Amino acid sequence: MRKIKISRLVFNIFNYTFFSVFVIMCLFPLWYVFCYSISEPEAVSHTIVIYYPHGFSLKNIQRVLALKGFFNSVVISTARTVIGTVLSVICNTWMGYVFTKNKLPARKFIYRFFVITMYISGGMIPSFLVIKAYGLLNNFWVYILPSVLSAYNIILCKTYIESIPSSLEESAYLDGAGPVQSFIHVIFPLAKPISATIGIYAAVGHWNSWFDNKIYTFAKKSLTTMQFLLYRYLNEAQQLANLLESGHEDLINNEEALITPWGVKMTITMLTVLPIMVVYPFLQRHFVKGIMIGAVKG
Amino acid sequence: MSAKIKTRKKISKYQWKLLLLTAPFIVYFAMFHYVPLFGWVISFFDYRVGRGLTPDKFVGLKYFKNIFTDRDILGSLKNTLVFSALNYILYPLPMIIAILFGEMTNKWFRKTAQIVTTIPHFIGWVIVYSLAYAIFSSEGLFNETMIALGLEKRTNLLTNLDAVYVFQTIVAQWKGIGWSAIIYIAAMAGIDQELYEAAAIDGAGRVAKTMHITIPMLMPTLITLMIIGIGRFINTGYEHYLAFKNPIVAERLEVLDLYIYRMGLQLGDYSYATAVGILKSIISIIMVFSVNALAKKVRGNSVL
Repeated sequence: MRKIKISRLVFNIFNYTFFSVFVIMCLFPLWYVFCYSISEPEAVSHTIVIYYPHGFSLKNIQRVLALKGFFNSVVISTARTVIGTVLSVICNTWMGYVFTKNKLPARKFIYRFFVITMYISGGMIPSFLVIKAYGLLNNFWVYILPSVLSAYNIILCKTYIESIPSSLEESAYLDGAGPVQSFIHVIFPLAKPISATIGIYAAVGHWNSWFDNKIYTFAKKSLTTMQFLLYRYLNEAQQLANLLESGHEDLINNEEALITPWGVKMTITMLTVLPIMVVYPFLQRHFVKGIMIGAVKG
Repeated sequence: MSAKIKTRKKISKYQWKLLLLTAPFIVYFAMFHYVPLFGWVISFFDYRVGRGLTPDKFVGLKYFKNIFTDRDILGSLKNTLVFSALNYILYPLPMIIAILFGEMTNKWFRKTAQIVTTIPHFIGWVIVYSLAYAIFSSEGLFNETMIALGLEKRTNLLTNLDAVYVFQTIVAQWKGIGWSAIIYIAAMAGIDQELYEAAAIDGAGRVAKTMHITIPMLMPTLITLMIIGIGRFINTGYEHYLAFKNPIVAERLEVLDLYIYRMGLQLGDYSYATAVGILKSIISIIMVFSVNALAKKVRGNSVL
């Protein structure tokens, strides 16, 4: 009996230590960047190890706010997140609702038409050429349109809405409500759990997105998102090297090619990740619900 | 009779409305999902930007044949397989983490740990790269700490060619493992408590309960995920690898998806890059469906 207790104790010590280290590994990088951003820039040149803020200063943040294009990138990132999320929620829930209607002509065919897209896609190059043909290059809507609807989200909504008792909608129908009215007044309020989940995933996806910025709107600086702005700053040393290598020294004179202080990069990182860190604790439950719904489907 | 006609009329108006309100979305799917599929035809032509697909540019399977004589592609194929294999070997890790989670009796700590370890999943790849840069680059925290401790040897993990495979796999696991554990935690919550009680009566300790109840009950989930994972073997995605790419490590970081990106969008060889993409799609579809068929035979139900 005693022996078991000792082995249990050893295990517990190991287990709690393991998870403490894991938790620190997840939080520490964010903490480090945070400390760096709010420290006195003079006190923390990047050759100093810091595990806590050295002094307190808003200089780094002021410098970032004064960066050309930073404020604009905040506007673009926010706009795409808000517009993209709202449209995704409305359109996916609506389509999910429509697919619960037996009355929809050619329902099976349309449903399959959508679902096939989960398994096969044109791929990067054809998609790029199509976006280009639609005139969406260097256009704000290229952030929004390609990801508004997804067959997967539609299936999630359809499955959820099917579980809502149809009697609720029937009474609206008998009152003379058309599909749109009963969607707005009956279904949409009842489908909140699923639309919230879809909305949160869409919002995080939009906020973190940068590849579309890199390939579709690269040439238009006014459409730079926060993530891509950070990406550019992080890679500027490499870009500089590329320019030198290719003999374009003349281009180096523009301000972006100059090396940005480490503190500025860290502060942009902090400001970019901050919105997610702020909302995460409150929405954590919805995130978990999302994976569960997906798991049931999968 | 008249009542019947009336209802039929009403329904058809309703149907008409439904169809009208669905039409824009059908058009949407056609525009953004099906038109790109037609774009596959450019792999049979000598496609150049700004010129149409005239019959004299038709080259048949030339670009598909090129794939098999392309030496460059072998490197990225190898990288893809190495990354996928490393991540595949680690598939049971989230299950182990979930079991260890379950062994913690302090509810507050368990909950906090669970919330915190899922955070990295929601951090974008650019941020992950930035954090890695802050810590592991030559002047980052890791090196400075080492030097402060008297171990004077600067290594930049971000530009270390020998460490690429292991380092990137660790980064991927750091980002995803807490999240992947959730599915097992949920599965564990669904295990009938009576099983444990019965085992306790038979004298089973914690280890025996884990080995004989928890793990067998979680195996179907693990197997399902591993089956699905096979279908994703050559689709590593590009965001992770593109964010971490630099000229020094490119040789081992360039996965197939990035190869397509470089050949197509950076070097402008649209037809060839499309051909590679098509071959990749076909292979992964075949893998998904054959694995699904296999799963059907073995388990009696499909995973798709």
